[in-house]
Amino acid sequence: MGQPMITTPTPWSDWVVILPVVLPLLAAAVLLALRGMRALQAPVAGLVTFAVLLCGLELLTRTSDTGPVSMTMGKWLPPFGISFTADVMSAIFVLVSALVTLVVIAYLQMERSESDGRSGLYPLVLLLLAGVCGSFLTGDLFNLYVWFEVMLIASFGLFVLGGRNIQLDATLKYGFLNFLATTIFLASLGVIYGTLGTLNMADITLVAPDADPAVMTTIAALLLLAFGMKAAAFPLNQWLPASYHAPSAALSALMAGLLTKVGVYALLRSLVVLMPAGRDLLEPVIATVAILTLVVAPLGAIAETNLRRAIGFLVIGGIGSVMVGLALPDMHGLAGSTLYIVHSMLTMTALYCVAGLVEKLTGRTDTREMGGLYAASSPVSILFILLVFSAAGLPPFLGFWPKLLLLEAGISGAEIANWQIDWLAMAMIGALLVNAWLTLIAGTRLWAHVFWRNGPAGAPDGAAGPVAHPLTAAQQRFGTGASIVLVGLILAAGLWPNLLIETARLAAVEMIDPQRYIAAFGLGTIAP
Amino acid sequence: MELTLAIAIAVLAGSGVYLLLRPRTFQVIIGLSLVSYAVNLFILSMGRLRMDAAPILSGANANPADYTDPVPQALVLTAIVIGFAMTALFLVVLLAARGLTGNDHVDGKGN
Repeated sequence: MGQPMITTPTPWSDWVVILPVVLPLLAAAVLLALRGMRALQAPVAGLVTFAVLLCGLELLTRTSDTGPVSMTMGKWLPPFGISFTADVMSAIFVLVSALVTLVVIAYLQMERSESDGRSGLYPLVLLLLAGVCGSFLTGDLFNLYVWFEVMLIASFGLFVLGGRNIQLDATLKYGFLNFLATTIFLASLGVIYGTLGTLNMADITLVAPDADPAVMTTIAALLLLAFGMKAAAFPLNQWLPASYHAPSAALSALMAGLLTKVGVYALLRSLVVLMPAGRDLLEPVIATVAILTLVVAPLGAIAETNLRRAIGFLVIGGIGSVMVGLALPDMHGLAGSTLYIVHSMLTMTALYCVAGLVEKLTGRTDTREMGGLYAASSPVSILFILLVFSAAGLPPFLGFWPKLLLLEAGISGAEIANWQIDWLAMAMIGALLVNAWLTLIAGTRLWAHVFWRNGPAGAPDGAAGPVAHPLTAAQQRFGTGASIVLVGLILAAGLWPNLLIETARLAAVEMIDPQRYIAAFGLGTIAP
Repeated sequence: MELTLAIAIAVLAGSGVYLLLRPRTFQVIIGLSLVSYAVNLFILSMGRLRMDAAPILSGANANPADYTDPVPQALVLTAIVIGFAMTALFLVVLLAARGLTGNDHVDGKGN
């Protein structure tokens, strides 16, 4: 095996792999120390997030040009040293996470209050970003567990900021179930190490094919349970609608954009790339979970009257679409899943941002008490309906393209042409279409209640709508501005999707054949 | 040794799950702690169990196969620290919720 130590220093250009984690962590520590200087907090947080965005861009161009980039900590060669590795999939998620965080930091400026700086809001946001980027970039499963906990603690802090009763209640539910999920993940790590003798991701892909398939299925089942809980897939989704509406709108937008997506990323990485043998046996389970999530979640959104809780159910519905790609892991399916995660990060964050504006305008959280907002603020109502169309996946919007890819995967998986019809794949096609239809009903119903009808439920026709609180100048500039930027990005990406689809395809190619990913660790040649 | 450890893990996990299903937040936190202890012991056992031997390699000719794998022990150490921090955080939020709502039901009834 030769020298187990790294003798040459890492080239400076490779440090870009670790920067998306190091920068927010450092900045969070500095901002926490300087929490007395309130004016400094938001600009520094914004600058650092912008730097992470640039790192993500650099990583994306490098990984799509020359393949995955890796950097190993300490001087031990992998699989002994902990590696950080970016491939196209992780690079694109880092990029979009930084983008979402940047928009939310801008959105946060609309309701600056005196307590913001002191309460550690920006350090926690940066810690969350560090945890998310760390999860996307790490090349070691135990390290992934650590980043999950970093994320959990940061989001825990963000949930309690403000300390209203409803927030404490939401924090406990969120914290209990997510901590349980990471504990199950930890147990599966024990089985993985006991069976394969390694936790390095590239090493696992090399060793896993020779392992006992029964044990691999056990591991895959444990991982599916743990990450499914993190991702809020159907039977394990209860924590999400119970908690996302509690913190301020900006923070729930941030969490809707980032938290569940890390769960599905971990599912894609571990089940498709690391242990495909375990995934294959679980395929019926994954397909059933995907179908149920797709159908049940938007029904929840239809039944819900609290605006942000209803949007929470739409977030869950999107997770179902990603699970379809996990159940049909061919080129189209994986590219569709990757693209859907990008779409979901942008669209769900934007929906929560706009929902926050609606709550500001009406001073209410329940849609039964809203109505007639179209007259008061037509820009907000246009933003909302555009986002509903994007979430449902209507053609010119971003949500359409990943669904198209997933449907293609479903049609090729169903093998209709050969008359050997795979009913599970057929059912997934049906569920995707039903999901689009139900999401459209749920979204337009919200829109009709909040914006279109004259007044709140029960109010006589022609009666004046509820008193609208016009947005202040700061709320206009930052709140509406940030939402418009996000919606503009979604529209642009929906109209010119080629670049995104190509990138998602590249990510899918690397997931199906991880040779280049393994080679980036310097492991492929060593293996017998 | 294997049997003792297996029974210990089973008892810890079983009591943990029972407590997780209880309606009071404090019981749930203790349940989470017990489940994570069970998982920690489980990971420790993955590094092989060996009794009545020195914990460190002795001499240059020692056979590594005679010793337990140190990596799981390092993993458990990390997991213990993280679990400890999480439990402390949970307890703080529990106390705040108990104080503000006058209720410690997981569903926050009586708000």
